[in-house]
Amino acid sequence: METQQHISQQYNKELESVKSKVLNMGGMVEAQVESAVTALIEQDDELAKKVAESDYKINKIEVEIDENCAQLIAKRQPAAGDLRLIIAIIKVITDLERIGDEAEKIGRHVQKLVSTEDDIGMHAELSSLGERVIAILHDALDALARMDIEQAAKVVETDKQIDEEFNRVSRVLVTHMMEDPRNIKNMLHVTWCARALERIGDHSQNICEYVIYLVKGQDVRHTEFNPDQQ
Amino acid sequence: MIDIEKREEFDIEIDKTVGKPFIDDAKFSTRNVDVFYDDKQAIFDANIDIGKNQIIAMIGPSGCGKSTFLRCLNRMNDTIQGCHISGDIKLDNEDIYHKHQDPVLLRARVGMVFQKPNPFPKSIYDNVAYGAKLHGLASNKIELDELVEKSLIRAGLFKEVKDSLHKPGTGLSGGQQQRLCIARTIAIDPEVILMDEPTSALDPIATAVIEELMIDLSKKYTIAIVTHSMQQAARVSQRTAYFHMGHLVEVNDTNTVFTNPEHQLTENYITGRFG
Repeated sequence: METQQHISQQYNKELESVKSKVLNMGGMVEAQVESAVTALIEQDDELAKKVAESDYKINKIEVEIDENCAQLIAKRQPAAGDLRLIIAIIKVITDLERIGDEAEKIGRHVQKLVSTEDDIGMHAELSSLGERVIAILHDALDALARMDIEQAAKVVETDKQIDEEFNRVSRVLVTHMMEDPRNIKNMLHVTWCARALERIGDHSQNICEYVIYLVKGQDVRHTEFNPDQQ
Repeated sequence: MIDIEKREEFDIEIDKTVGKPFIDDAKFSTRNVDVFYDDKQAIFDANIDIGKNQIIAMIGPSGCGKSTFLRCLNRMNDTIQGCHISGDIKLDNEDIYHKHQDPVLLRARVGMVFQKPNPFPKSIYDNVAYGAKLHGLASNKIELDELVEKSLIRAGLFKEVKDSLHKPGTGLSGGQQQRLCIARTIAIDPEVILMDEPTSALDPIATAVIEELMIDLSKKYTIAIVTHSMQQAARVSQRTAYFHMGHLVEVNDTNTVFTNPEHQLTENYITGRFG
């Protein structure tokens, strides 16, 4: 997130500080999601517990960044690119916080799954979905850090594949439930986890839409965006 | 967001004004306007329309030519020795620099309010009545009384001064004096009001009162304002023009200028990246 220097050095510092906090928060969220996916695939109780109990750190940094942004608006009355930066940050951190919540949910469901001591199978399907989601989140945060609208536009496209992947996983889950009703309880936990992963994809897409807004000043939510236009 | 390679402000070329300098319902239109003070060129090829019953704000760093440009619009620069203007400036499609155009009559149509309130050393009443008498806008005392009252009401000052109309105008507060100057300007029923930093000598409350007044006046008059306060430009104007070193860099809807300006120089100025 490179920007040109301000006349006011203090203003510069304040903006830089908020930006680095956002990137830091992105890193924390990414680590949480990676751990949650690992815990899910490997049915790791310890790791799941750690994920579920670490979400408060992300919530705390969200509140802190919100407060910083409110102060920047009050004290500096940012305009043009600075204004879009602040607005984008406020929106991005909301999505990051929600991603953190989804990771926490996965952690809690995994803890319940592990406690039943049944093998849930589904290894390949969940690995594939999990990897895709980790990749899309990584790309979204990368697009944010580099303010790269082409990558952002690509992420927006990739999210559709995650939705398809989620539908595939859902069909498999339904099959398992129909095969043996005793599976239903566990399969519901797995469904919630898959659903949480799919939501992380959606939030990553939102982040990329804010990157496009930040760079081009164009609101592409609920529209088809082509970075080559204009 | 900002291209680092464009860091040096002088590297950025200003070929022509970006944004939307021209509009359909223009009150003023200027084409190819150059202004010189002796050999020194102060304005380079300014092309812009000023919309009827709109407020246009002109912003830019000190010495960028925004005040010079504003003063061209009612020929205030005529009085400055060595000042030379070329190009077309039309008010309602009439050339205001035509040899038959009387500058005094032009200034009755295009009034001006200055940075420092400058009431005449006369009573409040006489301050407002002066121009109207000069231009013969009232045929008797009753008409003149009505005109003074109407102008003071429009300028939002009447309630405060109605019991002291014959006290000196210079005894009012800064904000009241500025509204008195506005009342004096609108007493001669102009079509356009030019304002050169009208609130920079006023406190925030008096500023807010004048800004409200501007928005109200724009229903009847066309207003062009030069301001150093970007927030003021953002608050009151519909369109904003950005000047840089004598060049008219960008003219756009105020909303666009303050959220997503087209030109890098505009962005730099709006966000405080050079002065």
